[in-house]
Amino acid sequence: MNYLLLIYTNEAEFMALGETALQKLSGEYMDFTKSIVQAGNFKAGDRLKPVSSASTVRVRNGKTTITDGPFAETREQLGGYYLIEAKNLDEATAIAARIPGARWGSIEVRPVWPPVT
Amino acid sequence: MNGGAAALVEEIFRREAGRVLATLIRLLGDFDLAEEVQQEAFAAALEQWPSSGTPDNPRAWLISTGRNKAIDRIRRDILFRTKISGEISVTESDVDAALDAADEEIFGDDRLRLIFTCCHPALGTEAHIALTLREVCGLSTQAVARAFLVSEDTMAQRLVRAKKKIRDAGIPYETPDPSVLEQRIEGVLAVVYGVFTEGYAATVGTQLIDVELCKEAIRLGRLLDTLLPNHAGVMGLLALMLLHDARRTSRTSDSGDVVLLENQDRSQWDRHEISEGLSLVDSSLSIRGQVSSYAVQAAIAALHVRAEDSGATDWPQIVGLYEVLLRLQPTPVVELNHAVAVSMVDGPARALDLIDSLAARGRVTQYHLLHAARGRLLQKLGRLDEAREAYTAALSTTMLEPERRFLAARIASIQGICETPPVSG
Repeated sequence: MNYLLLIYTNEAEFMALGETALQKLSGEYMDFTKSIVQAGNFKAGDRLKPVSSASTVRVRNGKTTITDGPFAETREQLGGYYLIEAKNLDEATAIAARIPGARWGSIEVRPVWPPVT
Repeated sequence: MNGGAAALVEEIFRREAGRVLATLIRLLGDFDLAEEVQQEAFAAALEQWPSSGTPDNPRAWLISTGRNKAIDRIRRDILFRTKISGEISVTESDVDAALDAADEEIFGDDRLRLIFTCCHPALGTEAHIALTLREVCGLSTQAVARAFLVSEDTMAQRLVRAKKKIRDAGIPYETPDPSVLEQRIEGVLAVVYGVFTEGYAATVGTQLIDVELCKEAIRLGRLLDTLLPNHAGVMGLLALMLLHDARRTSRTSDSGDVVLLENQDRSQWDRHEISEGLSLVDSSLSIRGQVSSYAVQAAIAALHVRAEDSGATDWPQIVGLYEVLLRLQPTPVVELNHAVAVSMVDGPARALDLIDSLAARGRVTQYHLLHAARGRLLQKLGRLDEAREAYTAALSTTMLEPERRFLAARIASIQGICETPPVSG
């Protein structure tokens, strides 16, 4: 089964990181990604630009509205994701626990519907 | 229908239902389908065994019949909607392998898998208890609903949601990886103890003890002890439940009032459960390097039941055990119990200091036992106005009728309204 691992972290804290801390973190993410590619679990994964760059689109009664960002005043924001293939939820959560951001943020583990054939 | 044969099927059902269901779930990979075909298999047994005779291996017959019913259903479904083919892949060889190895070990593994699935951390606490009672203990949805004071519809929905989550999220039907096994066993023990405490002291309503839940929890404890032998936590929990359960009948008077430990009729205690509990405590504590908090609590309960009468209780050792427990489990409830034990060794004044310090840290305010314990200590110190205030605070935070009557009697005895001492002492 495929699982989407959504990485939620505090963007403001992330922005405040110094150069060395950033480099260290990016190294950790590279190592993690490499390990799940090698293990055959990796399907896709990306880091997202900050929430301030986001736009929200809605279509109501045929009319499209575009607004600035999501308003959500949450403590943690979606900052990136991995799409993985895992045997079951236990394998998926074990992989999620190894994402560097899990140590200060949280990882939402969502099973993905198989494509309709 | 032959009444004797029906009774035999009934008896086999009670004994085999859990094992048959656990194996069918593994073979079919689907809770609902397994439950439905299990019922159909038992219905077929009820129909056929009276005339054809009971098969040599009823369990194998039931599993094989259930599997065939499932295959029939899948074939029917495929005829109607070809798209679900491949969703369930039960092969003859899977079933044959399961039936050939029809020994306790394989069936035991299936039951253990089922317990771990029902108690998976990705499900909520309510779902853990409901699923375990329904799927592992084989209680009817109606019985589980009654135990939790919710309507049958509500409970049925809760079970449907939980099973949907198992299917949709891919919660595995297997014994967890060794790296997380201990953590997951702890989770299972918490569920079993949750079932027991729910039965031992229902938090709302008029019935203080729900005997059925206590019995189911002990049955689960025994099952775990068989499936995971020599596990310090499992033995400790089973011991704890047995030692509490042994005193069950003496905890309330005939009129349903609370009877404190010191006033309980010790001749009513179940000697058989006590001796089994005591030997399990010893076994659990003798496993080196593994101290289970359940075993420490059981050791405390053991000191209570070993005393000939309440005056002979070894309080200094109980205080020591609570200190061990506080290190393993530094919770307000343990602190409170420790303070009560201290009052029996060092007197009420010192215990009151401990309780006031606990209350001052603000970790418990709505906890009726804290107020009740304070009231008791203040009463012993002769500070009657403060004692009455504490009992009143306790009364306002408990919903359990027998405890409310007990506290009201305490207040009345201080006010001198009550001419005779309260029955509950």
